[in-house]
Amino acid sequence: MKIGAPKEIFEGEARVAMTPESAAQLQKLGYDCAIQSGAGAGAGFSDKSYKDAGVEVIKSATALWKAADVVIKVRPPNDTEAKRLIKGQTLISFFYPGQNEALMELAKSKGANVIAMDMVPRISRAQKMDALSSMANIAGYRAVIEAGNNFGRFFTGQVTAAGKVPPAKVLVVGAGVAGLAAVGTSTSLGAITYAFDVRPEVAEQIESMGAEFVFLDFDEEQQDGASTGGYAPVSSPEFRDAQLAKFRELAPEMDIVITTALIPGRDAPKLWLKDMVAAMKPGSVVVDLAAERGGNCELTVPDEKIVTKNGVTIVGYTDFPSRMAAQASTLYSNNVRHMLSDLTPDKDGKVNHDMDDDVIRGATATYKGKITFPPPPPKVAAIAVQKQKAPEKSPQEIAATEAAALKSAGQRQVGLLVFGGLLMALIGAYAPASFMQHFIVFVLSCFIGFQVIWGVSHALHTPLMAITNAISGIIIIGALLQIGSGSAIVVVLAGISVLIASINIVGGFLVTRRMLQMFQKS
Amino acid sequence: MSFGLQTAAYIAASVLFILALGGLSNQESAKRAIWFGIVGMAIAVVATIFGPGVSLGFFLIVALLIGAGAGAVIAKRVEMTGMPQLVAALHSFVGLAAVFIGINSDINPPAGLHGAEQVIHEIEIFLGVFIGAITFTGSIIAYGKLAGKLDGKALILPGRHLWNVLMVVASLVLLIMYMNHAGSWTLYLMTLIAFVVGAHLVMAIGGADMPVVVSMLNSYSGWAAAATGFLLGNDLLIVTGALVGSSGAILSYIMCKAMNRQFLSVILGGFGGPSGPAMEIAGEQIAINAEGVAAALDDADSVIIVPGYGMAVAQAQQSVSELTKRLRDKGKSVRFAIHPVAGRLPGHMNVLLAEARVPYDIVLEMDEINEDFPSTDVVIVIGSNDIVNPAAQEDPNSPIAGMPVLEVWKAKQVFVSKRGQGTGYSGIENPLFYKENTRMFYGDAKVSVDSLLPLLS
Repeated sequence: MKIGAPKEIFEGEARVAMTPESAAQLQKLGYDCAIQSGAGAGAGFSDKSYKDAGVEVIKSATALWKAADVVIKVRPPNDTEAKRLIKGQTLISFFYPGQNEALMELAKSKGANVIAMDMVPRISRAQKMDALSSMANIAGYRAVIEAGNNFGRFFTGQVTAAGKVPPAKVLVVGAGVAGLAAVGTSTSLGAITYAFDVRPEVAEQIESMGAEFVFLDFDEEQQDGASTGGYAPVSSPEFRDAQLAKFRELAPEMDIVITTALIPGRDAPKLWLKDMVAAMKPGSVVVDLAAERGGNCELTVPDEKIVTKNGVTIVGYTDFPSRMAAQASTLYSNNVRHMLSDLTPDKDGKVNHDMDDDVIRGATATYKGKITFPPPPPKVAAIAVQKQKAPEKSPQEIAATEAAALKSAGQRQVGLLVFGGLLMALIGAYAPASFMQHFIVFVLSCFIGFQVIWGVSHALHTPLMAITNAISGIIIIGALLQIGSGSAIVVVLAGISVLIASINIVGGFLVTRRMLQMFQKS
Repeated sequence: MSFGLQTAAYIAASVLFILALGGLSNQESAKRAIWFGIVGMAIAVVATIFGPGVSLGFFLIVALLIGAGAGAVIAKRVEMTGMPQLVAALHSFVGLAAVFIGINSDINPPAGLHGAEQVIHEIEIFLGVFIGAITFTGSIIAYGKLAGKLDGKALILPGRHLWNVLMVVASLVLLIMYMNHAGSWTLYLMTLIAFVVGAHLVMAIGGADMPVVVSMLNSYSGWAAAATGFLLGNDLLIVTGALVGSSGAILSYIMCKAMNRQFLSVILGGFGGPSGPAMEIAGEQIAINAEGVAAALDDADSVIIVPGYGMAVAQAQQSVSELTKRLRDKGKSVRFAIHPVAGRLPGHMNVLLAEARVPYDIVLEMDEINEDFPSTDVVIVIGSNDIVNPAAQEDPNSPIAGMPVLEVWKAKQVFVSKRGQGTGYSGIENPLFYKENTRMFYGDAKVSVDSLLPLLS
C-alpha cells in the first residue's frame, strides 16, 4: 500500500507529516511512500532528500490524494481536502472530532477511515504515538524562547564587572507536558522558576525539574488527575478564588508568566486576569499557550503579540510547534510512524485496522462508513489510582518511637547479659576447671571475632569467606595430633583429614590472595 | 619442641589470624593482612608437627603434599564466577574433617578422664560430629546447587519441619544413650542422621537465599572447628573456630538484614505468603535497542550500573568493565551500586568487578549510593531483579515489602538488561519494568553490553 503526505495548506503551517527518516522506517514496514512536491520545504526537507530516501515525489495534491491508500498529514483536512477522500482510504492526522462534527460527517459519507492523532489514549503503550504530548513539549520549549525574545534581560543571574544582574523569575501555570517542558527550559537557562498546578501529585515532577512548586494552602479533598485520564479536572469556585489570590500575590514579582492550563473539551480557564497584568513590572512577558482555546490570560489576542499600556508583552501565538517546524515534523512523523507500525503488525505493508486494540479503537473517528466517536473508555487506566498515604508522624511521635526502641533495645541487652551470666554460672557450677579454662578462651574469641568482623568492608566479604575457609583449615592440627595413634582406622581417618584440611589451607589462602590482588584503585 | 614453646607459637598464630581478619577493613591493608594469615598458619602447623606427640611419618607428608598441591591447583584454576561453589566445597572439607576427628576421638579417647570431665568430653564429641556432619552434607548440597549440578529450586517435602524436629530429637536421645555407654554405634547412627539433616536443610532453600546459606555454613564450619578444639583441649582450634564462626554469623546477619527477613525464616525456607493481593501494575514493558541505549549514554553525565547474578551467569563482567572504561574516557561519571545480597555470595559482585579490572573506588555499597539516584542521568540494571524492585517500598502486600532496595527508579532513565519478560527468582512482578522512565534492553547481558561498545567508541 502507498502512504502519501500532502503539503499542508493551512496558512503558515510549516510542518510535514513525513520526513525522509520516517519514510525509511515506513518502507521497512513494507509500505511505498509518496510526498507532494514542496511539502517538506517549510521544515527544511527538500524534494531531493525525499527522493534519496526512496520516496516518490508527486507534483499535485489531487494526484497524491488519488494515489495514496493512506494519507498522513498534520492539520485536520479542510473541506476541499476532505472531499478528496475516497472509500476505504485511511487518513491519519489531527482531527479534533469533538469540535469538527461536520468534517467527521463528511469523512463518514466518503467512507474513509479516519484516525485522529489527537485522540490517542493516554496509556503507557501509546506514549510513542502521543502527538499531543510531542507537540506540547515543543510548545513549552518554544514558549520560553519566545518569552526570552521579548524579554529585555538575562534569564540567569550574573555578576559582571559592570554590575550585578538579578536572575529572571518565571512562573509556569499548569504543569502538563507543555508546562514541564517550559519549566525544564527555563531552569536550564538559569531563571528562578516557579510552577503551579491544580493537581498536587505533580509537585514531585515539578521539583524534580528544578522548579519550585507554588503551594496553595487550601483544605479541600483534591480530586486527583488519575480519574480524568491524567488531565486536570475542573476546580471548585472556592479553589479558584484561592488560586487567583495566590497569583495576585505573585504577579508583581514575576518577570515572565507562561500559562498552559487547559481542561479537556472546554474553553481555557481565565487564570491571569487584567489586574494581575496591571500589577506586573514593565518589560515583563506573558506567553499564553492556551490562546487557541481563548487563552488563560484575559488580555490575550489569539495569534498576536500585544503590548499593554504598562509595558507588559502578551504573546498569544497559536502555532508554536509550527515555529519549530523541523523539530516538530521529526517528532510528529515519528508519532505517525509508530501509529502505522501498530496498524501493521505483520510488517507486510497492509493496514490491519484492529478495532479491538485499545489504542487504535480510541483514535479512530470514522470506520467503514460509521462514526466511531466518542470511543469507549480504554481498558487500561491511564495512571494508577493514587494510594491513600499513611498519615505522617509528627516529630514528637517519631522521637517517642525512637526513644521506646532505644529503651527496649537496652532492656533486651541487659536481659541477654543477665541470661548469659546465669548460663555461665550454671556451667561453672558443674563443669570441671579444665573445661572452664577453654571456655573462657572460646567466649573471648567470639567477642573479638564479632568486633573485628564488623569492621570488614562489605566489598571484601568474598575474600573474607575465602580467608576464613583457609584458617578454618586449622582443624588440621586436630588431625595431626591423632595421626600418630596406633589404631589403623584412626590413622586413615586422620590422614584423610590432613589431606582435605591442607586443601583448605593452601587453596583458601591462594585464592584470597588472587582476589585481593585484583582490587585496583582507579 | 616443648609444650611451652608450642603454646607460645599458638598464641602468635591466634594474634596473626585476628590481624588477618581485621586487615580486611579496606582493600589496601587486606593485601598485607593475607600474609599475617599465611604466616600464622605456617607457625601453627610447624609448631604442631614438631611438637610433642606427633610423629612425622611418611604418610603424613604425602597427605600434606597432595592436599597442598590440590589446593594450589584449585586456587589457580577457579573462575571468579565459580567462587560461591569453591567456598561451599571448602566448607564441606572442614565439616568432614571435624566428623573424622570426632570419631577418632571416640575410638581412641584421651586417657585419665572421669566424672564430669568424661561427660563433657562425650558431649563435645557428639556436638563436634553433629555440627561437622551438618556442615559437610549441607555444603555439598550448596555446592551442587551453586555449580548448577543440582536443581536450584527449593525442594519442599511435606511435613519437613516435623522431620527436622524428629531428627534432632533422635540425635538427643542417641546422645543420652551414648553417655550411658550404649556403645559407639549411637555416634555413628547420629552421624548419619546429621548428614540427612544437613542435606535436607539446604535442599529446602532456593537460589537467591544462597548468600545466607553459604554464610551460615561458613559459620558452622567455624563452630565445628571450635568444638573439635574443645574435645582435643586445643586453644588455638577454639580461638580460630570462634573467629570463623562469628564471622559467618555476622555475614548471615548482614544478608538477612539486607533482605529484611528473619534468619530462621530463611533457613527454614520459603517466603512468607503475601498478606494481601499484590498491587496492580499499570503500563507495559517498553523495549529499546542498543542504539537507543548508546544515545542515552552519550547524553548522560552520570551513570550508575547495578549488577546482579545475571551478570555473573552471562559472564558479562569484562564487557561491563570495557563499557565503564569507554564511558569514563568520555569524561562521564560511572559508578556501581552493589546490593548486599547481589549474587550468590556476600561481596560476590565486588570480586567479579575487581577481576574485570573495574577500580574498586567506583564500586559503592547500597547505603553509600542510594541517595544519589535522583541526580543520576542513566541507570543500567544488569541481571538483577528483586534488589531493584520498587514494590518493596510501595506495596505493603508484597512478599518483599520492607526489604531495602536500590532506588534506581528515581533516576532520570533506567535501562534494564534482561533475558526475557519473566519474573525473578522470587516470582514477584517487578513494577520497575513498567515505569515510564524504564526501558527494557532484552537479550543476553554479555551480548547486549557488547553491542553497545562499538556505538560508544
